[in-house]
This record gives sequence, structure tokens and C-alpha cells, in this order.
Amino acid sequence: MKNKRIIARLDIKGPNLIKGVHLEGLRIIGDPQEFARKYYQQGADELLYIDIVASLYGRSKLIDIARRTADEVFIPITVGGGIRNLDDVKDLLRAGADKVAINTAAVNRPKLIREVSRKFGSQCMVLSIEAKQQPSGNWEVYTDCGRERSGLDVIEWACRGVELGAGEILLTSIDREGTRKGFDIELTRSITNVIGIPVIASGGMGKPDDIISIINKGGADAAAIADILHYNRFSIADIRSAALAGGIKIRNYEK
Amino acid sequence: MKSNSVAIIDYGVGNLLSVSRAFEHCGARVEVTSNPKLILDASHVVLPGVGSFSEGMKELRYHKLESIIHEVVVNNTPLLGICLGMQMLLDVSEEYGITAGLGLITGRVIPIPICDSDGRLLKSPHIGWNNLIIPKSKNTWLCTPLQEIKSSETFYFVHSFMALPVDQSNLLAYCEYGGHNIPAVIKKGNITGCQFHPEKSGKSGLKVISQFLK
Repeated sequence: MKNKRIIARLDIKGPNLIKGVHLEGLRIIGDPQEFARKYYQQGADELLYIDIVASLYGRSKLIDIARRTADEVFIPITVGGGIRNLDDVKDLLRAGADKVAINTAAVNRPKLIREVSRKFGSQCMVLSIEAKQQPSGNWEVYTDCGRERSGLDVIEWACRGVELGAGEILLTSIDREGTRKGFDIELTRSITNVIGIPVIASGGMGKPDDIISIINKGGADAAAIADILHYNRFSIADIRSAALAGGIKIRNYEK
Repeated sequence: MKSNSVAIIDYGVGNLLSVSRAFEHCGARVEVTSNPKLILDASHVVLPGVGSFSEGMKELRYHKLESIIHEVVVNNTPLLGICLGMQMLLDVSEEYGITAGLGLITGRVIPIPICDSDGRLLKSPHIGWNNLIIPKSKNTWLCTPLQEIKSSETFYFVHSFMALPVDQSNLLAYCEYGGHNIPAVIKKGNITGCQFHPEKSGKSGLKVISQFLK
């Protein structure tokens, strides 16, 4: 079995690291660079930056943030928020990002997924899906950081994304995001059951043991973790220990 | 004196900033360039790469860099191909049709198998951290960029295709994925290719870069 990944997720607004609940009610936490450095040194497998207001307000500070991070952090960096076209992707890759996560623009124009994967490789094209459960029990895709309904079914959209060339799926549960109630295993399983590309589960991590169930039961390849790290409730080392104790294979990391 | 002046070949694609920062971190002076003179004057040359094989080769040809890279090899300047840059060292790739590569190491680039060795669907791209394994035909990494690497160390891979050299003596390390042996580092004379991203593999990756610069 291959190593599962522990990804530190840093949500950004302007120059600041922020955190919300259900992607709303944002609170400023600090300078993203300091947190990025800390998580790199603690043994995070990747970093994920999402500008959560970029798709509403246009261009963001993500390029500056990625560039500063690349100065001293030598692990993969995925960047998302407000990416609309190939030029945006190119600018971010040149600023030190390795992958881009695209949600709203891909929903508006699905061919963008194909364009990005053809131009830069599918490994660079992360389809970001924000999912919210509906009264019917199905999950609907939301855009603009959980604000707008798209009418798309999450499972159908994930399959379409794979067909179009997405290399990974970042699956954020709006219902769980920021709640610390644990990942949405059912949502994640419904996607990992039907697609063959890696799925990063995001939203809801409340305690280190949550990583065991999202990987073993949810079938996730990676877990994106935000506020329990940002608020120093637990460290990457705590999560690594919990994963190992739960029989999850992760990479060896020596400080 | 041109020790540790590194030319990172810029042909329009990929995350070049991270590559240059990592080499700088290891003490090199870095030029990110498509200028033939700067490439030929450098003590070490890096061919980075993210993206599809055909796009990469198209851009190399558009920037008239194919013959320059051959000249680098003839001059015996150490050349490091990273990820797509490693794959392009070979003769041919099957990604989005058949595309000719640089032909510096005999071999072809093919998709990662669809199934694992037990017949189950194997996820592709292969994304994540993996160990390097020394092939049975080699018994040491001494005098190679992997000299300082322990078997417990991990490196960051992200790829859907794999570079298979014909001559097994060109294979320096492989990684295991879904029960398959995937070439991780190839080496022929002054040419080295690594499938993982040393610039994204934390301290272990920086060790490989430092060793390459020695």
C-alpha cells in the first residue's frame, strides 16, 4: 500500500491565514508564511493554500504567498482560489506552486480542466469540489467558496472531472468544514468508490484519530487539515503518530 | 572558475522557482535561462519539467534547445533531468500519441500500469512520497547523487508515465507502486534523471541536489 498524505491546509484572505466554519465566519489567524514553515518542519507531506474569497473579488495575494513559501519550504504546494484560465495557472506555477486547485471556473467552463491538464499535465490539475448534502441525501457541488449552488451532483461531477483530465480531487465537505466533528466519510467513500484518481478529504478533522477512519473507511489518499493545526490543538507529529498507531502507512519522517 | 554555476533550462513550462530555490539553498549560483551560451557555460545543467511530454518537447524545439542539451552531454557537463525532464532524456514517449524524446538514454516512456500486481485498479497519477530501492544489479549508490540516501528516506513523486531504460545498468533506483517497479533514478555517464522532485522532497531531496553538485 502506498503512503497516505497529511496535507496542511491554509485558507487565505488577502495576506492573512484565516479560518472559518462551513467556509464562513472568517477569523484571522496570522501570517501564512510562519505557519507554512512550521508545518514543513513538522513533517507535513504537502501544503495547500486556498484563497477563499478570490473567486468573488478577483486577483489575490496567492502569487506573493506562494513565492515567499517556495523560498524555504521544499515540499509540494497546491494553490487554489480565483483561477480562471491558463495564464493564471502559468503565473502560479512560476511563483512556486506545483499544482492548482480549481472549483468555480471549472464548473463554469468544464473544458478548462482539459486545457490545464493538456498544457501542464494532469498531475497539476486538482479539481476542487465543495460538497453540501441536500435533503434528498445527495451531495451538490457549490462554487464561490460554498456560497453558490451549481445544480451539479458531486459524484457525477467528480466522474466528469476525471474524464476531462483532473489528476486529483480535493473534496471539501461544507457541512463538516470547521466543525471538528470528523471528516464526512460517507461523502468521501461515495467518490473513492467510483473514481481512480487520488482524493484529498477536507473538512472536519477534530482529533488525530479522525485520519484513521477517513483513510480506512473513506478511502481517501490524503487528509487536508487546517484549524486543529492552526490553533495548536495538535501537531503534525501527533497526527502522524495516530495514523501509524491506526495502521496507516505514511512516509518516514526524521526531523 | 565555474564551479556550481547551475543553468536551469527554461522552456516555458513548470515550477522553475522551486527548482532554483532548492539549488540556491544547496549553495549554487543559479541562472534560469533559455540562453544557449549561459547553458553551455554552466558547471551543471538542470532540465526540469512538469506537464505533458509532447508539450515539453515542442517547447524545447521551439526554443531551439534540443541540440544545446546534446552539446551539454558531449561537453561532459553534469545534466540532471527532473520528472518530465527525466522522461525527455529517453527516445520516445507514448503520452498523447507517440512523441520523440531527446534520445540521450535508450528507452521509452509508457503509462504506469492500469492495474496493480493483484489485478486491482491502480490509481494514476502516482502521487506521494515513496522510498528508493536499489536494483539487484547494482550494489551501491556510492559515487552517485544518491550516495547519502538511506533506504528509509522518502521522495515526492507525481507522474502518470514512467521512463523505462532498455539497458538495466542505466537504472540506479526504482520505487515500488502497486507491485510494479517504477524507475526512480536513471544514470548514464554525466546524465542523471530522477522521476521524483528533489526540490519538493524536503531534506532528502536537498541531499540529492547537494550530491549532484559535488
